[in-house]
Amino acid sequence: MRTPRLPAAIAGMALVLAACQGGAASPSHSAQASLGDGEGALNLVIWTGYAERGENDPAYDWVTPFEDETGCMVKTQDGTDSANMVQLMQTGEYDGVSASGDATLRLIAGGEVAPINTDLIPNYANIFDGLKLQPHNSVDGVPYGVPHGRGANVLLYNTDEFAEAPTSWDVVWESDSPAAGKISVYNSAIYIADAALYLMKHNSDLNITNPYELDQTQFDAAVELLQQQNEMIGEYWATAAAQIESFAAGDMVAGTSWQYQANNLTDSPVAATLPEEGSTGWSDTWMISSRAAHPNCMYKWMDWIASPEANAQATVWFGEAPTSQAACDAAEEISPGHCEAFHATDESYFDNIWYWTTPQKECGDDRGAVCKDFTEWTTAWQEITGS
Amino acid sequence: MTTAPARASGPARRFARLLYRHPRLQLRLLLAAPLLWLLLAYLGSLAVLFANAFFRHDSFTGRVIFEFTLDNFAAVAGTEVYRTITLRTIGLAVLVTLVCTVLAFPIAYTMARVASPRIRGLLVIAVLMPLWASYLVKVYAWRTMLLGNGVLDWLFAPFGVNAPGIGEGALLLVFTYLWLPYMILPIYAALERIPESLLEASADLGGRTGMTFRRVVLPLVLPGVVAGSIFTFSLTLGDYITPQLVSNTRLIGNAIYDTLGVPNLPLAAAIATIPVITIVAYLLLARRTGAFESL
Repeated sequence: MRTPRLPAAIAGMALVLAACQGGAASPSHSAQASLGDGEGALNLVIWTGYAERGENDPAYDWVTPFEDETGCMVKTQDGTDSANMVQLMQTGEYDGVSASGDATLRLIAGGEVAPINTDLIPNYANIFDGLKLQPHNSVDGVPYGVPHGRGANVLLYNTDEFAEAPTSWDVVWESDSPAAGKISVYNSAIYIADAALYLMKHNSDLNITNPYELDQTQFDAAVELLQQQNEMIGEYWATAAAQIESFAAGDMVAGTSWQYQANNLTDSPVAATLPEEGSTGWSDTWMISSRAAHPNCMYKWMDWIASPEANAQATVWFGEAPTSQAACDAAEEISPGHCEAFHATDESYFDNIWYWTTPQKECGDDRGAVCKDFTEWTTAWQEITGS
Repeated sequence: MTTAPARASGPARRFARLLYRHPRLQLRLLLAAPLLWLLLAYLGSLAVLFANAFFRHDSFTGRVIFEFTLDNFAAVAGTEVYRTITLRTIGLAVLVTLVCTVLAFPIAYTMARVASPRIRGLLVIAVLMPLWASYLVKVYAWRTMLLGNGVLDWLFAPFGVNAPGIGEGALLLVFTYLWLPYMILPIYAALERIPESLLEASADLGGRTGMTFRRVVLPLVLPGVVAGSIFTFSLTLGDYITPQLVSNTRLIGNAIYDTLGVPNLPLAAAIATIPVITIVAYLLLARRTGAFESL
């Protein structure tokens, strides 16, 4: 039988056309008006540890009670970094996402997520005013999600290797670092901001004012610093589980991390600290997909995660600041001193934390459109880690 | 009471008669479903993927913009890191193939020529056994073994040697472990097919072991080796999980995966043409050795 070439070509073209049409999502600018019954299921894209059902520690379970109360059965998919979360949300297969600031505006601009109707989320009223209607979770005063928690990227270190907590990030940057060869850093282009932050504090000639707004000279300096670091890298970690494993084994002794990893390494000689340069960090927001198949369940989830009990459990488990005073009070019962330790109400502390945000061409100051955008960041990151 | 058989006039009946009279039509209808599946699901999705390589991409939202451009191919050709990664990946795939061949040959030879039928059965099971376990489980197991405090540390500690840790050496080791069975089996099959009489004839004509091996065994086994190398080469070329777990080495698969995660589907699709072209070239080369008959 001869291969039917023409029909195959036609079928191929038809598929391409179908793909084109499927790709164009119409941004939804109206929030849901009323809340119906739950749809029985909920698919979420989450940061590791944002939806626990007691499998790691029976004391931390805020998913099972949600399922019991609403009948929405929760399925989750861990995102490895913000870019990965944007990609997952573009598939349209998920109802919601716990997005950091470097994903939120991209999701809004791409029409991936819908604005929210806060009247349908009773617990929204309790949330600290300082977290509502921020540049990363709203557009023109329209809220696009419910805050989950915020915190700083910390320096994870081996206490056998470092008798005292390092006070500076220099242990992961300088070529004479005692940790050389055993350094573990985040495998994401957004990590370039950590290099820029270090330069901001140690190289005033570069005049870096914001680690996410880098012009050519500043960007080149950050990339050069990352290339120097590349020689000393033990591992670029992609999942929290991988970093926990290599720190537990002692193969890695210093690196950038989340408090979550430290919380899961209590049996190992490992601790976390915030060095004097400050750090990059995140402020996360639960957003609802514009194509959510289970919107009512997602609204119920957003209300649930803003409730004092669930928010307290979630933020204590991950190691970040809760989003309301009521959650702080609830957290006090699980982990005394939690809100002081994570500076939940201390805005001046967060002045020293640079929340992840998407680098754009427009610098955001009088330099104009000369800054490196996210595409250039990702290319540079591939060059740093790939060559 | 008699029931007359239904007159042969129903549509099903007529269709059956049509098929009976045209056996070729019968064959075509039988093949239609699997062929449609191959065309739509398999080649169709590949076509959609590569069509995306010709589109633009919005760097902020990460969405594909449906405007024709060749910029993605220009970016792949013009960025040095992609050349470095391509050469590294192909080099590693060749190295893994060579190491697998060297290791697989004695094992396959023992199975085909030396072992008794009972032992041969056990050896075949031993070679197949790792294929029953999940790929991810095996890679994670290796990661745990290679890291400090693992079983290798414990094993070598009395000799004052530490576990190798993760890195390029670990990557070669794990790839070799993963793909070795795919090399052993085709070589074993090829060796088994060589009639004993050929070896005896070679000996009768004065061929010593080395000569027999070079002039008789090797040419007959070569297609089997090439068939095995298709697996070891292509599997190494496409893997992106193993490098992530047991090394810091970036292969083509990682470049595609990372680019897809930006998300930048058009550029990822353009990069994906590199392994496809590589493997098509490799298959064309392999076909000339008659390897496809040994699969």
